Amino acid sequence: MAKTPLRYDLAAIAEQIAAEQSACKVLDVGCGDGALMAALRDDCSALVRGIEIDPELVERCVSKGLSVIQGDANSDLADYPDNSFEFVVLSQTLQTTDRPDKVLEELLRVGEKAFISFPNFAHWRTRSALLFGGRMPITRALPVSWYETRNIHHVTIEDFRSLVKEKGARIERRWFFSGGEEIGTPVANWRAEFALFEVSR
Amino acid sequence: MNAAPASKTYVLPDALPLDSGQKLEAAQIAYETYGELDNDKSNAVLICHALTGDQYVASDHPITGKPGWWERMVGPGKPIDTDRYHVICANVIGSCMGSSGPASLAPDGQPYGMRFPVITIRDMVRGTMALLDGLGIETLHAVVGGSMGGMQALSLAANWPDRAQRVLVIASTARHSAQNIAFHELGRQAIIADPNWSDGDYYAKDARPDSGLAVARMAAHITYLSEEGLTEKFGRRLQDRDAKSFGFDADFQVESYLRYQGSGFTQRFDANSYLYITRAMDYFDIAEEHGGKLADAFAGTYARFCLVSFDTDWLYPTAESRHVVRALNSTRAQVSFVELSANAGHDSFLLPHEQLDRVVEGFLNG
Repeated sequence: MAKTPLRYDLAAIAEQIAAEQSACKVLDVGCGDGALMAALRDDCSALVRGIEIDPELVERCVSKGLSVIQGDANSDLADYPDNSFEFVVLSQTLQTTDRPDKVLEELLRVGEKAFISFPNFAHWRTRSALLFGGRMPITRALPVSWYETRNIHHVTIEDFRSLVKEKGARIERRWFFSGGEEIGTPVANWRAEFALFEVSR
Repeated sequence: MNAAPASKTYVLPDALPLDSGQKLEAAQIAYETYGELDNDKSNAVLICHALTGDQYVASDHPITGKPGWWERMVGPGKPIDTDRYHVICANVIGSCMGSSGPASLAPDGQPYGMRFPVITIRDMVRGTMALLDGLGIETLHAVVGGSMGGMQALSLAANWPDRAQRVLVIASTARHSAQNIAFHELGRQAIIADPNWSDGDYYAKDARPDSGLAVARMAAHITYLSEEGLTEKFGRRLQDRDAKSFGFDADFQVESYLRYQGSGFTQRFDANSYLYITRAMDYFDIAEEHGGKLADAFAGTYARFCLVSFDTDWLYPTAESRHVVRALNSTRAQVSFVELSANAGHDSFLLPHEQLDRVVEGFLNG
């Protein structure tokens, strides 16, 4: 069966984890239909586990033989002991959590390193939509209107950097994306639609 | 109840030690198997049955003639595929379908009745493990169970951690709650209050405590359904009449249905078995067996777990499954969990449910 390629941020994460020498333990928080998990299991023989809030997506994951629990990033990370995983992944979910700062703390408690990706609210399209349109931005990266979006804590690249610093954590690597392509770092906070960070304690 | 029909049986070569400190001599386990066992005996799937279930998981019930209780799940090409797996289902000890129970003959040639020792869920599993020993099956590909079957699966994982690679627990719990115990006590008291119960010594008599057992079943049956399901199925509709009778006949369809369920049950189940098995379920608390901490019960397990609950199940609600998932997560066990939507309450696990099928199949094959 032909595999659909992973979304760009997940592909970057998979590449990093595949580079590890030993089979590592990974927790994918908000794992969706398990695309990254399946890739990590099949290609990196990683021991992967997932949390997903939507029962239909959980069912699809379990049907694929993946270990996924129906749960909530806001509350259920507390169940895992410290240092349970080499990597935890939170892709495009941080901005939907009740308290992104607490979630970041929990990610870094249960995992040694965390991959966190999110839509960058400081992208120039978002800025100009607000500046010139005077309306909450609806863009390619943030396609849902303000009243029904699940993104309740919009965040920019600079906001995230300062949160990581505040928590005494370290940014190991970062990737920026626009139009599904990786872009360079200069003025990323203007140019990047999405950002991915690898963060460690 | 008729005499227990012939199934495959295995008489344990050694006395079965029980949690009470007593021993059960020459215990017999009746069981059914489906599908071929591999040469390396690695494809065995143990299915554990619920309170009033039996070993006829995928074959006709010899008394009622009805299809196996999980025939939609187990069989060739089904989610638990007997073309691929060797499925074993054993009648639990304490029951009445061929395994040793209160209706069995004691060494003195008379039925045990209330002389049968009080058993636990762990005792049932200990008996089943002895059967697996006898069959030469060391490690199960999976143990699967719903309701009390799920309790056995969890007990197996906690107490015999090397014997199952996968543990699938559906609509179940790691402990009986006060409410669970309360409903069971109601059922037991209904049986005990039946004059025909005669302190459990009724096997040689003409009359059996059928009314008490029927009431016990009616009460329990309500807990297996949901308000939504009952409303949808019966509402306030009247049974074969246009107006209320101003009497105590079964005016409502739901009354008639419950009476039918109750009396049908007495045809196939022994009242004393009902007392013993409900007691075993009430005593069930895996955490208590392991120093009070559920996580300790599963410390160091290498099995993969999958727990499934149903949103309308108020007998063993989702919170109970989550409680187990939390404990397993804290031991870093590999665990899956999903709450499925269904309107039939606790009984949903026995009814057609495509998502459940996919989860069961995916978990077993993964």
